[in-house]
Amino acid sequence: MHIVVGTRSTPDTAAKLDIAADGRVTWGDSPLVMNPWDEYAVEEALIRTKEHGGTVTVIAVGPEEHDEALKHAIAMGAKSAIRLWDDAWEGMDSLGYAAVFAAAVQKLGDVDMVLFGKEAADEATDQFIFQTARKLGWTLLGYVASIEELDPDGGTVKVAQMLEEGRQIASGPLPVVMNVLKGINEPRYPSFMGIRKATKAQIPVWDAAELGEDVPAPKTRLIAYRHLPVREGECEIIEAESVEEQARILVERLMAEKVV
Amino acid sequence: MSAVYVWIEQFKGKAAPVAWEALGKGREVADTLGVPLTALVFGEGVDALAAEAFHYGADKVIQADDSTLADYRMEPYAALLSKLVEDNGPRVVLAGATSRGKELLAVSALDTGSGLLADVLELEADGGALTATRSVYGGKLLSTVEAAADGTQYATLRSRAFQALEPDESRSGEITKVDPVLTEDQITVKIESFEETTGEISLTDAAIIVSGGRAVGSPEGFAPVRALAEVLGAAVGASRAAVDAGYISYDHQVGQTGKVVSPDLYIACGISGAIQHQAGMRTSKVIVAINTDPEAPIFKLAQYGIVNDMFQVLPALTEEFKKRLGK
Ligand SMILES: Cc1cc2nc3c(=O)[nH]c(=O)nc-3n(C[C@H](O)[C@H](O)[C@H](O)COP(=O)(O)OP(=O)(O)OC[C@H]3O[C@@H](n4cnc5c(N)ncnc54)[C@H](O)[C@@H]3O)c2cc1C
Ligand SMILES: Nc1ncnc2c1ncn2[C@@H]1O[C@H](COP(=O)(O)O)[C@@H](O)[C@H]1O
Repeated sequence: MHIVVGTRSTPDTAAKLDIAADGRVTWGDSPLVMNPWDEYAVEEALIRTKEHGGTVTVIAVGPEEHDEALKHAIAMGAKSAIRLWDDAWEGMDSLGYAAVFAAAVQKLGDVDMVLFGKEAADEATDQFIFQTARKLGWTLLGYVASIEELDPDGGTVKVAQMLEEGRQIASGPLPVVMNVLKGINEPRYPSFMGIRKATKAQIPVWDAAELGEDVPAPKTRLIAYRHLPVREGECEIIEAESVEEQARILVERLMAEKVV
Repeated sequence: MSAVYVWIEQFKGKAAPVAWEALGKGREVADTLGVPLTALVFGEGVDALAAEAFHYGADKVIQADDSTLADYRMEPYAALLSKLVEDNGPRVVLAGATSRGKELLAVSALDTGSGLLADVLELEADGGALTATRSVYGGKLLSTVEAAADGTQYATLRSRAFQALEPDESRSGEITKVDPVLTEDQITVKIESFEETTGEISLTDAAIIVSGGRAVGSPEGFAPVRALAEVLGAAVGASRAAVDAGYISYDHQVGQTGKVVSPDLYIACGISGAIQHQAGMRTSKVIVAINTDPEAPIFKLAQYGIVNDMFQVLPALTEEFKKRLGK
């Protein structure tokens, strides 16, 4: 099996964020890390290729900072990594990302499965996953909580998906695009050898010429980032003689707020 | 003819609450643009749902009733939605930002080469271009995004960010019946079974959430959290620490790597309020914190706090609410 995992770098979730004068988001000296949701996708790809034989390729679309995520995947055990980028792509929207990602998968030629994380911890749109699947014209299975059966020879897959109302078991033919949820596995920590391999890795960059794919004009654009409105008012700490009294006062406040 | 389309997501013939919220917002957008509001009702045996769509504000309904559409599947639903968009060129297509809604609109937006604003908290249609506010970087920042005014613009709307209209049972309108685009043998994905999570209130739709953190201490420790939730008709949430320790299942986790919720009332019990937890609940209308540590960051976010042991506070609160709510 050849499994491709899409990933990218995001600021550490604990980072304190700010907005620079040019409008970009900054995160001080916090590190960039692999988008935390994608660790599950990489782990699942490693488990499945160990089980059925095969190889894992990780792909990021974006400038150099996304090597960080690719290197983490190599350190975890992915065989190869490719970064897709061309300065002409700056400002493309999800339609563009899907177009170049799908073109790269097609160029690889022998891919059976593409895995994504649930969403990106920064922009969190999910749309890129579904649009990539559609662009490829492959089976799409979203929000996968577990792969129940995988038969590469028969060319089928059966999964459990977590939807709003519960758990759905669905099946379809390979090749398939899926996004996986936290809890599908326990992502491994990179080994010492893996980290050494990642440090030395030279990551090839495929640009517009290499891919031969036209990027559609963006239909959406980012106008600006802004901070959240500050929550007004101090916290009222409810103090009283007894816990019953504290409870009584709190209930009164909440009834007055009309939220109960 | 130009219109605002709203996809009415249904499960077993019942609309997702966010579908009526999207229809409520759709009403406003349609009025701003001066075009009719059309509800898209796909399923099998969905006459009642079509009638309900008028009560919630639709001017027209496009209904597709077929066994291939009984359960949502991307292939037949997207083929039909994309065909309707291509044939009729609506200005705007809206849906709830649920698992299915996000998937369906993303796929159809690609089919029709349209812009999509995903999971939005606010939406404006002034001057023809859609402008939206989104929550980004785990809820730490907001972004403003715009979809080009030419062609069709798609958006998915976050649960509980918009209001459904009060249903008006006297309203009705014109229903157009359409056929599905794909036949069963052209659809590759089969749904084999569905295990409903029963008896639990969905976190994303809940008006009140009571959440427990590491301090809960054991699976049994969730009993007082559940007892309060039951009296309030609330959903039960949890911090990642409580989930990772195995006190409760992952589908209860609130936060950056769990669910993002915005209830009217969020009661955090034994939760410190780490930034990743805040990411999932900071847009709640009223936040209450119960924590033994007066320095816990959750108090910076909360309107009301009790610095005391949750195992004493929760039973007392449950009793008091029972009294006040006459239960
Ligand atoms: C990539 C990443 C993603 C993450 N995603 C999430 C996420 O989605 N959701 C999430 O919640 N966390 C997430 N976290 C974890 C987060 O950083 C915190 O570790 C977690 O939220 C802590 O949970 P807690 O508040 O229950 O536990 P703690 O921080 O240990 O807090 C327990 C609190 O209980 C109080 N307490 C103790 N005993 C009592 C008592 N008897 N009565 C009342 N109070 C008491 C203590 O004073 C303390 O404040 C993530 C972390 C990372 C790195
Ligand atoms: N630039 C990118 N390159 C490769 N994969 C990506 C990129 N952006 C997002 N992804 C993957 O797509 C998923 C969804 O991202 P998003 O659509 O941005 O929420 C993430 O979990 C990643 O697996």
